[in-house]
Amino acid sequence: MTTPVQTQCEVISNKRVGAYYHITLSADKISERAKPGNFIAISVGDEKSSMLLRRSFAIYQASGRGPFGGTIEIIVSANGPGTRWLVNRTAHEKIDVVGPLGNSFGIPKEPVRALLIGGGYGSAALFSLGDALRQRNCRVEMIVGAATADKIFAPVEGKRSVHSLSIFTEDGSMGTQGRVTDPIESLLDHTDIIYACGPMGMLQAISKIAAKRGIPCQSAVEESMACGIGICMTCVLPVIGDDGQTRMVRSCTEGPIFEGSKVRWDAIGTVPSGTYGGPK
Amino acid sequence: MSINQIDQSAKFGSVTFPFPIFTASGCAANGKELSQFFKLSDIGAVVTKSVMNNPRSGRATPRMAETASGMLNAIGLQGPGIDSFLENDLPWLYEQGARTIVSIAGESVEEFAALARKVRQAPGVSAIEVNISCPNVENRGLVFACDPVSARNVIEAVKRSIGNTLPIIAKLSPDVTDISIIAREVHAAGADAVAMINTLLGMVIDTKKMRPLLANKTGGLSGPAIRPVAVRAIYQVHAALPQLPILGMGGVMSGEDAFELILAGASGVSVGTASFNDPSAAPRIQQELAALIEQRGFNSVAEAVGYAHRD
Repeated sequence: MTTPVQTQCEVISNKRVGAYYHITLSADKISERAKPGNFIAISVGDEKSSMLLRRSFAIYQASGRGPFGGTIEIIVSANGPGTRWLVNRTAHEKIDVVGPLGNSFGIPKEPVRALLIGGGYGSAALFSLGDALRQRNCRVEMIVGAATADKIFAPVEGKRSVHSLSIFTEDGSMGTQGRVTDPIESLLDHTDIIYACGPMGMLQAISKIAAKRGIPCQSAVEESMACGIGICMTCVLPVIGDDGQTRMVRSCTEGPIFEGSKVRWDAIGTVPSGTYGGPK
Repeated sequence: MSINQIDQSAKFGSVTFPFPIFTASGCAANGKELSQFFKLSDIGAVVTKSVMNNPRSGRATPRMAETASGMLNAIGLQGPGIDSFLENDLPWLYEQGARTIVSIAGESVEEFAALARKVRQAPGVSAIEVNISCPNVENRGLVFACDPVSARNVIEAVKRSIGNTLPIIAKLSPDVTDISIIAREVHAAGADAVAMINTLLGMVIDTKKMRPLLANKTGGLSGPAIRPVAVRAIYQVHAALPQLPILGMGGVMSGEDAFELILAGASGVSVGTASFNDPSAAPRIQQELAALIEQRGFNSVAEAVGYAHRD
């Protein structure tokens, strides 16, 4: 894990993309440290804000040097007062950002066949991973799914990050009608590793299929967090360690990326019996 | 004028800390995470997360709900247990040059006493915080801090365990009719100081699911929403027991907020929920406080303690 920094970032641009907002921030120190899968935590509201808790966002792109110096890009879904404040920021405004945070996707040393699966704006975390995998001569297939077309995040430039991209919507308004899990079984015959980011239900379904086939599945979870840096202990979930012991672990510091077969998906929202230090 | 000209020291029992700002137990884990943002030795002390005898998984999620100018939490004292804490976390803090106040929590008087004995024998501890805001399993789950007799029993047992080796700071709950009665009891039982206020018990109901939002149903309310409660409680205890040092806390976000608690009677101030919003909050607040205290014409933090009580 790299050391995070806290910095005031200038908003370079804020553009609407379907149901989401694509926000670019000037962030030299964060961009030079960021790896695919890392996230940032943003303080919302002005200095008298009644919203104390930071909002966390997966990094969509981190660019080292450009016309604005280093930049970080995020994809935001405005579904609460904090994210609504954030999507109303305009160019030149400053926001307080901590990052990069969390672990990053493990990238195999050998060229492998990778399947990247994104649900909703969860796909945002996967494009820079696609670039990194392609640099290692991996074969990269991506599936993106959402309920409706406006919730698909798959920008044109993102197609360069992957060898193939297929889109699924539940209502059939874009791509194939169905869910991202529909085509997986047939794709797994030529997949060495899965990377997934999206809603918990999707991650659970994919992890189950991957585990059955013995294929590693790096799952980036989204748990609600108060701080993003590991001090509040609110974003925990039950995960099985290398010693076989289930522990309540922080998704901000030990995650957000976990091997899917190690997460006790069915038990999220509980402390499953046998958990280390659990109720007797 | 430089802001570091005033004497910033804060005295709790036999120990004097060079700076008046501390972390709050449960809002800084055991220091490692915040050390990425500031030098832990730059503030008064790190107050570690309340540790129990055995490892604890903590409670199920959701554990947290944001509220207006605050938050509810119900973590359930997740932690490694005292043996692992003393073997791993405490030596690390010592290496960083941090002054450490070890916070302990128990479910019985005997557990508190046993924990205190172990902490006493460990090197690198400046003081012990006794978090009595836990349910007493031997007394129908009644919170120790909400009952004068239970609160006194715990502090007496800790005092018997460690004598005068370390200052004892009793952490008080504001969820009582008269907090000065509890303060009097723990002081009489041997507490050298009190830390106050712990969170207030609250509840949020999810209006979509139409059920309590937290898995535990209730949680502790913290953040600026509770600051006036902290100011009032500190003012009352300082009025009743002017010689008893108070480690004040409750929604402090700025140096001015910390100053308010000091004027009410706190000798030092802990920063809790603010660190979730701003991981550099503790050293920032300390700088702002020093500047403000100097600006108001005091030569030291100690001079300002309880200044709001003057005629």
